[in-house]
Amino acid sequence: MLEGPQFLGHIVHHAVADPREDATVLMGVSTGHLGPTVMRSGDGGRTFEEAVTPPAFREGDPHGRAVKKVFWLTPGHVSEPATWYAGGSPQGLFRTEDAGRTWAPVDGWNDHPRWGEWAEWPEEGTPDGSMLHSVIVDPRDPSHLYLGLSGGGVFESTDGGSGWAPLNRGCAADFLPDPEPEYGHDPHCVRMHPLDPDRLYQQNHCGIYRIDRPDKVWTRIGDNMPRDVGDIGFPIELHPRDADTAWVFPMDGTDVWPRTSPDGRPAVYVTRDGGDSWTRLDAGLPERAWFTVKRQAMTLDGHDPVGVYLGTTSGEVWGSADEGGHWTQLAAHLPEIYSVEWAGP
Amino acid sequence: MRIPTPLRSYTGESKVVQAEGATVDGVLRDLDRRYPGLRFRVVDEQGRLRRHMNVFVGLEHVRDLDTPLDGVDEITLMQALSGG
Repeated sequence: MLEGPQFLGHIVHHAVADPREDATVLMGVSTGHLGPTVMRSGDGGRTFEEAVTPPAFREGDPHGRAVKKVFWLTPGHVSEPATWYAGGSPQGLFRTEDAGRTWAPVDGWNDHPRWGEWAEWPEEGTPDGSMLHSVIVDPRDPSHLYLGLSGGGVFESTDGGSGWAPLNRGCAADFLPDPEPEYGHDPHCVRMHPLDPDRLYQQNHCGIYRIDRPDKVWTRIGDNMPRDVGDIGFPIELHPRDADTAWVFPMDGTDVWPRTSPDGRPAVYVTRDGGDSWTRLDAGLPERAWFTVKRQAMTLDGHDPVGVYLGTTSGEVWGSADEGGHWTQLAAHLPEIYSVEWAGP
Repeated sequence: MRIPTPLRSYTGESKVVQAEGATVDGVLRDLDRRYPGLRFRVVDEQGRLRRHMNVFVGLEHVRDLDTPLDGVDEITLMQALSGG
């Protein structure tokens, strides 16, 4: 059953239900006229109210930055139950300690002396604007954080967000002249496995990668994808109970980057061996269709077997109850889909 | 002050509201006290009018929020034409 719409005409870049308790849902929202904000629900998404102090840079910011959109939301560590992080465009990081009512800049990132080098600023090469996404909190240690910049790369903090270092070795950046730049890459989506927090996967603008910390070099597991499909895409999702299993939705990154399904034949690909091999999953998906699936628009549920869901920019939601084995269309004729999330149970 | 449709959720759907101030910014700050959160929808955190928001003092289009009102008693906030 389809309910809604809520906030019709607003762009909801990310909607996230709090996995730590049932009631809180946050949305990063903007419209063309009103700028960015966060909407929060305390009743599981039935009603929303706006943050009292939305994410914003400090007044008098030396770079003159103002948030244009709140692009990403990440619930904080389980030991900090009201804490969330938000990533923005420009590439700022913000934090709330009261479940989204009031937000403050994370100065260690936003005012880092190298921020101007690492971030896309003031020029923004990314078509929809620069963005900070994939804020990751280590379940073993709330002060161990990762984040992704499109463009800019992956960065790590081990002190709660004061100090940061790039973590991009091994990743390609085909759009830069330096074959091994320290930063400037374009991760599209970075995920940490919840049961094996040393393992991260990354769907990058230039390939699919895996790293097992404390290694500092990413391995391009997308090299094991079929050559005619390639390993370009936006989302990557990890099996909640198996660190070797991940799903991606490849897109056409050839020629002028159509960002649609390669050869107009949509398919999800899954690896069950950490990226050594990949299997095509297209049963039930249209034979010919030019889907684009954004980085927040693919998600999993907590069931066994795992349900896999994706939303297209052409307003369709597709789901599989058997880990991608068979797909059915759950909704169509919606506006452009930016974010799909499972809210349980 | 005349309020455009995207901002009426802040004013309890009122189209015209009262606020006080000597400049556009002064009026917006007073408006924010009466309708919390409204100013940030019009002005960003660096004090710049949002790109697709227009302010008219009387019939004069202004971008400078320090513009004095000089006796004009009607300000109109409008959403700019932003494509299509």
